[in-house]
Amino acid sequence: MSIESFFQTLVFGLFVGGIYGIAAMGLALVFGVLKMLNIAHGELVMLGGYVSFWVFQAYGMDPFVSLAIVIPTLFLLGLALDRAVYRHIIRLHGEEKIKNSLLVSFGLTLVLQNLAQWLFTADERSIQVSYAGDGLNLMGVTMPYTRLGSLLIALLVTLALNYFLHRTYPGKAILATAEDFEAAELAGININRVYMMTFALGAALASIAGTFVTVTYGLTPSIGVIWTLKALIVIVLAGTGSILGAFPAGILLGVVEALSGAFIDATYRETIGLVIFLLVLILRPQGLFVRSG
Amino acid sequence: MRAMTLPRISSNSLRRWLAPLGILLLIVFAFLIPRQIDKQNIWNLFFLICLQITLGQSWNILAGFAGQSSLGTAAFFGIGALVTRTLWFGGQPFALAFLAGGFVAVLFAMLIGAPTFRLRGAYFAIGTLGMAEVMRITVSQKIPLISTMSGQMIAGYDLTSRYYLALGLAVTTTFAAWLLLRSPWSLGLLAVREDEEAAQATGVHVLGHKLLALFLSSFFAGLAGGVFAYQQISYYPSAPFSPHWTFDALLIAFIGGLGTLAGPIIGAIFFVVVREQLAVNLVEIHQVIFGILFILIVLIFPGGLVEAWERLRGARWIKKSSS
Repeated sequence: MSIESFFQTLVFGLFVGGIYGIAAMGLALVFGVLKMLNIAHGELVMLGGYVSFWVFQAYGMDPFVSLAIVIPTLFLLGLALDRAVYRHIIRLHGEEKIKNSLLVSFGLTLVLQNLAQWLFTADERSIQVSYAGDGLNLMGVTMPYTRLGSLLIALLVTLALNYFLHRTYPGKAILATAEDFEAAELAGININRVYMMTFALGAALASIAGTFVTVTYGLTPSIGVIWTLKALIVIVLAGTGSILGAFPAGILLGVVEALSGAFIDATYRETIGLVIFLLVLILRPQGLFVRSG
Repeated sequence: MRAMTLPRISSNSLRRWLAPLGILLLIVFAFLIPRQIDKQNIWNLFFLICLQITLGQSWNILAGFAGQSSLGTAAFFGIGALVTRTLWFGGQPFALAFLAGGFVAVLFAMLIGAPTFRLRGAYFAIGTLGMAEVMRITVSQKIPLISTMSGQMIAGYDLTSRYYLALGLAVTTTFAAWLLLRSPWSLGLLAVREDEEAAQATGVHVLGHKLLALFLSSFFAGLAGGVFAYQQISYYPSAPFSPHWTFDALLIAFIGGLGTLAGPIIGAIFFVVVREQLAVNLVEIHQVIFGILFILIVLIFPGGLVEAWERLRGARWIKKSSS
């Protein structure tokens, strides 16, 4: 393999990893704060992609601009889902809560996926912007503008989330609730509102990932499971409880997948992440069930 | 999970005979009715119910009795189908291929089970789902071609023998689950399900009980795969690895009543019949309805139809005694 194609593979892995990172961050946020595992997270990625697609189809709006519509839409959907479904299990404890959230979100997966199939049909959709084929060429390594844009926005969103969580009051309330919800409640934080906002924020992050998926790959109603699994792998790599750590872990997964696809065998590209995931889960279980510290 | 009840052994002598009598009637019914009506779609419907009862019981043994919510049933089902089909097409007698499918599924489960049982709760669920997905993707890439019966096999094909095999397996699986509940291990399983640490502290061999449940669960899921391989004329080898087999089993156990013996039977009959009805009338959204139904069951009736029925009966009994 020439040095150029090596770097090309690396760069594409980086681009894919950015999408993994942003998708996983939303799931990690919900997992870390609500202590619930939302299997339907990939479905939210899928729905975000469809909103982006239909806005592009109807108004020809650039997908990077229409994020201004996509994000609030999924934020509202997140609020509604929290109110309708997740609110009922939020007061359960520990293992029971996780198990029930798993089951309920699995049911939601069925609902959302089949609803999307019914409304949008199973046809594969994608957004072809006018500059889809263009890109930067840096010493023989091609970087399409759409992918470069996705990575940049993913990076910006990560930084913005970092600022929000650590420097603003609502963000600190979220972190405090994640740390100890009883103490947070005693300190006067309305934790029900925190839970609702966090879930909606998770949905909004998923919608950003969905937009990137629609721009770079294609979109079908059944992509949800794949993205849930990818996000889960990334969370396990990052270590649970680490919300912002999901971004570098996502990049890592993207690069590892791309390189293993190029060096070992293209057929193993999809399974390598799952195998790493199983190994990490099995070899380091203690670090994954208990929050550090 | 909220409290789940294992079937109680009633002291009332009439009540004691009621359940076996009902089961006997059900088996006779299942044996005779398709034969009486003798229509292709009825055979198929009954076949599907029996296959789903087996999968529901298999999932229920692991998740309902031992408390290990696995999402990996599709892997055992798929392996059973793959091994049975390969050996059978390779010229081995079907009975041998069928049993081999079950045992290879067990072998795989034991290899993978010991390490994955170190995972708890949600991580066990995701870990087993990940494992099943690895299997599905690998099989779909290594064996991408559709598997079809030869002309000779199709000429000798009859649905009746397929159905009776599925019925036999459903009865055997239910019987095995019943034996397990009557066995000295049932209390250990219950203890592991309710509180692992407490079980360990009182001297229950936690891993041993989990492996026992996994053994039975994977064996019957593997055999169900063999039945699938025997019945389907042609399918993609990766099809039985699809996660929807796991999800069907899970739905069935939940709809019927998790941790009960009758649950998977009631759940499977309800699930298959309602699904077939909905699939005819509301093609696109029947899965949506099942999803909503499932969410409602988890939120409102965690014990499924069995619990709903008992609550109803309980309410009636209280009314009667107070009047």
